[in-house]
Amino acid sequence: MAGIQESTFRNPVINWIDTRLPIFTMMQKEYGNFPTPKNFNYLWNFGALSMVILVIMIATGIFLAMNYQPNVTMAFDSVQRIMRDVNYGWLIRYAHQNGASMFFIVVYIHIFRGLYYGSYKSPRELLWMLGVVILLIMMATAFMGYVLPWGQMSYWGATVITNLFSAFPIVGQPIVTWLWGGFSVDNPTLNRFFSLHYLLPFVLIGIVFLHVAALHIVGSNNPLGIDVKTPQDTLPFHPYYTVKDSVGLCVCLLVFATLIFFAPNFLGDPNNFIPANPLLTPSDIVPEWYLLPYYAILRAVPNKLGGVCLMFGSILILFVLPWLDTSKVRSARFRPIYRQLIWVWVASFFVLGMVGAHKPLGWWVLTGRIATLYYFAHFLIVLPLLPRFEKTLPVPESISQPVLGGGRLPRGVPARSMENA
Amino acid sequence: MARTTAVPAKPVVELPDVTKRDFLQLVALAGAAVGTGAIAWPLIDSMNPSQDVLALSSIEVDLTPVVVGQGITVMWQGKPIFVRHRTATETKEAQDVQVSQLIDPQADSARVKAGHDEWIIVVGICTHLGCVPLGNKPSDPRGDWGGWFCPCHGSQYDTSGRVRHGPAPANLPVPPYAFATDTKIKIG
Repeated sequence: MAGIQESTFRNPVINWIDTRLPIFTMMQKEYGNFPTPKNFNYLWNFGALSMVILVIMIATGIFLAMNYQPNVTMAFDSVQRIMRDVNYGWLIRYAHQNGASMFFIVVYIHIFRGLYYGSYKSPRELLWMLGVVILLIMMATAFMGYVLPWGQMSYWGATVITNLFSAFPIVGQPIVTWLWGGFSVDNPTLNRFFSLHYLLPFVLIGIVFLHVAALHIVGSNNPLGIDVKTPQDTLPFHPYYTVKDSVGLCVCLLVFATLIFFAPNFLGDPNNFIPANPLLTPSDIVPEWYLLPYYAILRAVPNKLGGVCLMFGSILILFVLPWLDTSKVRSARFRPIYRQLIWVWVASFFVLGMVGAHKPLGWWVLTGRIATLYYFAHFLIVLPLLPRFEKTLPVPESISQPVLGGGRLPRGVPARSMENA
Repeated sequence: MARTTAVPAKPVVELPDVTKRDFLQLVALAGAAVGTGAIAWPLIDSMNPSQDVLALSSIEVDLTPVVVGQGITVMWQGKPIFVRHRTATETKEAQDVQVSQLIDPQADSARVKAGHDEWIIVVGICTHLGCVPLGNKPSDPRGDWGGWFCPCHGSQYDTSGRVRHGPAPANLPVPPYAFATDTKIKIG
């Protein structure tokens, strides 16, 4: 790597910088000419979308922190001051609050894309695992952010979630006391949650960088789930996918803007308009919608430790997914049974979400247990055993083949030679 | 994102004329620039004084307790405001100065409200580097011109708050104020 870089940029300033620090060459290689499978559908927008939302969250968060007071006596009022007195404070806070929901919507779709098209399979296992780490950190960040407004749901959410750790024998209670920095959720807890809530997004940026770096080493998966064979199978990232991502981004921001301007509290909980009261638990304790499925898994088990383990296990199991699914075929398009069962799994995830929003009474309990059972059975039984019974469909020779001759023709992909070939 | 601004490495084929694509590219970039600005503005504006800060932008001061020769300091927008009740001698001194001899020439009449010559109201922040000068209390050092003396670097102000001895470059500013009644002023 030693020696001066031969830069091909004609602009003398860019060339001067690029010769000494080839960031422009790198951007050109990774985002300009980067060879990308030419058959992406719109589900491949969601990685870029989640990156944009992360940036929006960090930007709005920095400005919120300028006006927020992480002290139990002032936190709730300082958030109300942001809403009423700070210029555009309402906009920044609603963007941040709904941005969290948008982040999870986008990331859940991104994960579904990976599940449906087998993006987690070799050689993308590490890429997938880094993604699971991102999901875990996102959840921790979102949870701690939800505590900061110091409303009733903030306080009791913090109490319930930190108490999860008390399920562990012997070490449980000391861990909880350590997390709290006291004997209940109080000012030290709020201070550290604020500190970590500010820190973790930057940790996320680091892991996202690794996630993208790993992606650019192994290359993107695609709807056919087959490897790129020749340059004819690819398009340069720019302008083809910068433009396609931009279209998706416009739609995403439209949804985001609709939430912010027309239903900013649609996904929130009215209890959080009441200042935190350590002496009174609200009658309905529910986490934010994006954590409901895990909350339902927690409550599906009648044993405290068992529920906690299953809840953490529901995410951790994703780490070993690349080895649980033994099918060599990646894309669900060529797996007739998996293609249907993945929707059963999605349904179980949604059902768990609904169960999590209701009190664990009556038939909600049974529904929650059945959905939990399938959630895990899908990974632990279906995926390892399915390849023994499933007769996969013939996979095309190459990405170009269905376009250029025979096979099923994906709509909207004109057959023509590529200038970058 | 930076990726849209990357310059193509391979030479672009020179087109004879401006094309529709050039136009579209310019319109798209301009649209993106306007959009980015529109998104950035609320964030930038959130750092300006908020409504609760602006609500404190004016105060009322009752002048009755301030006896002749004495001054008081009140807070306005987080800054000290000197409200001083000048003696007849002090007022006369301030009025009789030859304006052309001053560092920052300004007549005393331009610094007080007509009919209220005995009241001088200035922002009590030295125009040198922002210290608060001494001199409101009769026991304070008031400098050679009987006004205010800045302990930081020795600037001296006269009884009209005009700088008479450096290093300060300018007079103590007069805040916007008005007499609500003869004994009450509203600053701001």
